[in-house]
Amino acid sequence: MSPANTFGYVANDTVIHRLSGSTKLIAFIALSLIVMTSYDTRFLIGVMIFSLYLFYLAQIPWKNIRILIYFVLAFSVLNLLTIYLFEPEYGVQLYESRTVLAEGIGRYTLTAEQLFYELNVAIKYFSTIPLALIFVFTTDPSEFASSLNRIGVSYRISYAVSLALRYIPDIQDSFFEIRQAQQARGLEMSRKTSLVNRITRSAQIIMPLIFNSLNRIEVVSQAMELRRFGRNKNRTWYRYRPFASKDIAALALVVGIVLIGMYLFYVNGGRFYNPFQ
Amino acid sequence: MNNNKPSSITTLVAVGIGAAVFFVLGRFLSIPSGVPNTSFETTYPFLALMSIVFGPVAGALIGLIGHAIKDLLTYGLWWSWVLSSGVTGFGYGLIGKRLRVRSGEFSKKDIVVFNVGQVVTNLVAWAVVAPVLDILIYSEPANKVFFQGIVSAGMNSVAVGVLGTLLIAAYTKTRTKTASLSKE
Repeated sequence: MSPANTFGYVANDTVIHRLSGSTKLIAFIALSLIVMTSYDTRFLIGVMIFSLYLFYLAQIPWKNIRILIYFVLAFSVLNLLTIYLFEPEYGVQLYESRTVLAEGIGRYTLTAEQLFYELNVAIKYFSTIPLALIFVFTTDPSEFASSLNRIGVSYRISYAVSLALRYIPDIQDSFFEIRQAQQARGLEMSRKTSLVNRITRSAQIIMPLIFNSLNRIEVVSQAMELRRFGRNKNRTWYRYRPFASKDIAALALVVGIVLIGMYLFYVNGGRFYNPFQ
Repeated sequence: MNNNKPSSITTLVAVGIGAAVFFVLGRFLSIPSGVPNTSFETTYPFLALMSIVFGPVAGALIGLIGHAIKDLLTYGLWWSWVLSSGVTGFGYGLIGKRLRVRSGEFSKKDIVVFNVGQVVTNLVAWAVVAPVLDILIYSEPANKVFFQGIVSAGMNSVAVGVLGTLLIAAYTKTRTKTASLSKE
């Protein structure tokens, strides 16, 4: 019933897997920040090709990500359509020029600027999503906490994140057990009942799950207290990988890409690259 | 456990496990509303309970970490909405300071306070913070993001109003009231 492995990590031994978790975390955050802010199409295409290449290098098995990819595709198409539905001429405002390709119905015209803007948004999705997938599928969750701590997040919060990752499979199991037990008792959650009924009835699943989790919180926090968690200012991590030369090389590459992105802000005089002027 | 404030380690563990529950509920228990691609999230009623019990900082962290993990495993991080989940948790936690849920009290007046507070929190987080961040970070068209924001603020308010109130009421029943013992 429950998928065995929720957090997508798949053990392997590729170039990407051999990088330390901190390197991947820093690279992921830095690259997704620059891709989020930049609207320079040339730069975005470059990053997209780069991240798709990394995706190929990471050799993530297709069967693990297939559903995820379909979901992402549906989500991005939907988002692009909603943008068009709400602001069919948003690109015209942004690029301060108007090239009508086809007159549609009412305000729904088709302009080159709008298509170009939406193309940029689409490229953004396809350059950040592979990065997120690479990060999730090649970083060992237990190494993740030490990486967060390494980049300056306090170790208490890093530990909270690692607890979350550690307990997701357990809580997922409890969730399915509770749901099956309630269904066996006749809990109707399908479309056959009204919406309000479905909302209030979900309480019968959430309630036991919450009390179960509150118990877990008690047990885990007592165990940690007994072992004097939080006594010292720092802590060491079992899964800790020191930086190697390949990490430094990877980080230098990322810094280079980010600098190019920032330089383009200066060249374009803003976030947008405008081919219409 | 006594009725005083939870220890810092308990709060920290609550953040971790709370974020895990947030993820599981978000992934497996959202109720389709009938309008395409919108659903009632059961995560926010849960977040309301956790924030009220463990305070605003814990609430903010549960929202942030839980939503970030959920996004990473579905369609990539959507930073503006992740941050808004943090704001939501923080807001619910602030309401908690005016309630005495940990000492087993949740009167009719408290229910009103909670619901007014949660609607205000949802409006601030989803109809103001999220769209503004969407515009600043992603420069998406304003009327699209405000429409999305107002719809989700409304849906979250309904879900938290119905389910959140139920959850908190049930939680308070498990707590011993202060000074509830009487001498015979």
